[in-house]
Amino acid sequence: MAHAHDAHAHHDEHHGPDKGIMRWIKTTNHKDLGTLYLFFAFTMFFIGGLMSLVIRAELFHPGLQFVQPEFFNQMTTMHALVMIFGGVMPGFVGLANWMVPMMIGCSDLALPRVNNWGFWILPFAFAMLISTLFMEGGAPAGGWTMYPPLVLQTGNAFPFLIFAVHLMGISSITGAINVVVTILNMRAPGMTLLKMPLFVWTWLITAYLLIAVMPVLAGAVTMLLTDKYFHTSFFAAAGGGDPVMFQHIFWFFGHPEVYIMILPAFGIVSTIIPTFARKTLFGYDSMVYATASIAFLSFIVWAHHMFTVGMPLAGELFFMFATMLIAVPTGVKVFNWVATMWRGSMTFETPMLFAIGFVFLFSIGGFSGLMLAMTPVDFQYHDTYFVVAHFHYVLVPGAVFSIIAAVYYWIPKWTGRMYNEFWGKTHFWLSAVFINLTFFPQHFAGLAGMQRRVPDYAVQFTDWNVMSTIGAFGFFVAQFIFIGNMLASCFGWFGRKQDLPNRVWEGAHGLEWTVASPAPYHTFEDPPTIGDDEITAVHDNPAHAH
Amino acid sequence: MSTVRRNHVLRLLFVTAGMFGFGFAMVPLYNMLCDSLGINGKIELQAAKVASAVVDTNRTVTVEFVTTVNGGSPWKFRAEQPSIDVHPGKLYTVSFYAKNTEDHDLVAQAVPNIAPWDAAAHLKKTECFCFNNQPFKAGEEKHMPVVFMLDPELPADVDRVTLSYTFFDVSDVALKSTKEP
Repeated sequence: MAHAHDAHAHHDEHHGPDKGIMRWIKTTNHKDLGTLYLFFAFTMFFIGGLMSLVIRAELFHPGLQFVQPEFFNQMTTMHALVMIFGGVMPGFVGLANWMVPMMIGCSDLALPRVNNWGFWILPFAFAMLISTLFMEGGAPAGGWTMYPPLVLQTGNAFPFLIFAVHLMGISSITGAINVVVTILNMRAPGMTLLKMPLFVWTWLITAYLLIAVMPVLAGAVTMLLTDKYFHTSFFAAAGGGDPVMFQHIFWFFGHPEVYIMILPAFGIVSTIIPTFARKTLFGYDSMVYATASIAFLSFIVWAHHMFTVGMPLAGELFFMFATMLIAVPTGVKVFNWVATMWRGSMTFETPMLFAIGFVFLFSIGGFSGLMLAMTPVDFQYHDTYFVVAHFHYVLVPGAVFSIIAAVYYWIPKWTGRMYNEFWGKTHFWLSAVFINLTFFPQHFAGLAGMQRRVPDYAVQFTDWNVMSTIGAFGFFVAQFIFIGNMLASCFGWFGRKQDLPNRVWEGAHGLEWTVASPAPYHTFEDPPTIGDDEITAVHDNPAHAH
Repeated sequence: MSTVRRNHVLRLLFVTAGMFGFGFAMVPLYNMLCDSLGINGKIELQAAKVASAVVDTNRTVTVEFVTTVNGGSPWKFRAEQPSIDVHPGKLYTVSFYAKNTEDHDLVAQAVPNIAPWDAAAHLKKTECFCFNNQPFKAGEEKHMPVVFMLDPELPADVDRVTLSYTFFDVSDVALKSTKEP
């Protein structure tokens, strides 16, 4: 690539970044925007984490000690909204911004200016949402699922909630359109669809899910808005509407949304495990088809979130079996990851530790998901801490671990400075221990009948909750090791040197490892020639690769 | 930007707009589906035409009444008998009592629902206070009749039907709609 650089050195547009704050406000560079997205996501993880600590502190003992129930409800609602729409989703968009163009060998996303707007909408959306905490009547407290009629009792915060959701939706949709158009039109010559790295594949499918369901959420919250202020009766029973219908529309969005938050994680883990097992990914084609199957199935399982609303038996059976069907492609994926590690020359650098932690702990979340899919037992589990344990297992040691793994894996490429391995491993082991301490006991509390979203509980649940709270505080504190480690790489603290080779990990393959470390501000302005070594997709039968 | 890419962006924007519309289209779709399958316990808010049916005196079904006032308003609203044993095919009259205990006039609307859901299609009402808005003066009380029958096609495994009414305060909407014409 050095050759391409020289050839363009005299061009005016081939400059580095602007200086000062305006660089970040005006930037259309995919790497800058990826960085902004990631800093934004980790800021939101911090804010949402503080909210979860309020929840855990209150639940340390039965009875009310720190906060009033109204504020507790605001915390559970805002924690979910901030973590989902502010943390996990922008985190994955940031990784897509950084890596998708570098992985498929193009210079930037298809719509760089839209990319800039997509990011800069978010700080305004979350300023609106978080400002509701300081309003009369407080922040939204009816749960992130916004079920009417409860959510319609929200005070002045209500329109802020709705418009914040609209803005987040616009940001996600523009980002998704950008990713689809980039991947389908701008791949380097020779990068056929079935040669794309799996992270690109999973993001392509995620982007389609976003385009399909974020507008449905926008429609649902718009109906809530008109029900509250314009006397429509979409969900108001008094006017002939049906509150249960909101749950159907919401979960038609909500279940694909769950996979929006996990498919890119599958792509990340499928990238990291082959690198440190020093083998090619086992079953590349089946990974692609499994991802597509999961995406398809996500549209026909939504009512498993609402087994207890009084559906006909035929409906409950359909949604139960359709949900259980998802275990098949997911099982294919877990099998492939394990098979990739089988007899590999494995080393356990921090990204690999997080990736293996992901496979193990995400599977636990998957198993509890299978339990919840069974209609008869869901009547017991519904709205208990068992559900809380389930979705936190797939989201924290699932989605969040994968984001952390990705940052460790690619930060040497982004900054040109290696992270500190000792502190990385320390961070992993503390995180793994504390996250299990936080969420595993919640399975037991939930099975015994502890309800979610309630600030008080019966005394027999105290021991599990004490453990859970200690785990939550431990996990939160451990993340500062990560933040410090990453900032040290960003800013060159502690004398971290910049002398990394292009291929930072000797087992890594892919176009991103052919450019310098740190990656130059502009990469692949001319399409690269893809060497055999950089094709991460290895097919069982190479004849079918084209 | 090349035409190919621009067209691709436009297609995806079109899909976005379409899915936004689909969110709203789910409202009539949902209602059509529920109506045709009769699955959400909703009952026709119009008087049913009851053809004279054969009274099945061998079968007795208990119909229970549940009343709720939405939003914790302090009105009184109850069935004058908690339940009634009926034979399918025969018309029965039951009475509900309601009192507006507030010091202002209001308009109430009762919304019925029935469990189990597969009994909904077989409950025929010829007269019900839920067919219309019910205006109440401050302090006014009313005895409101419901005339109904269970048709003999009621599924054989149903021996108990719960009829629920929820009273909603629709004064805002009702006043608005009476002003409009």
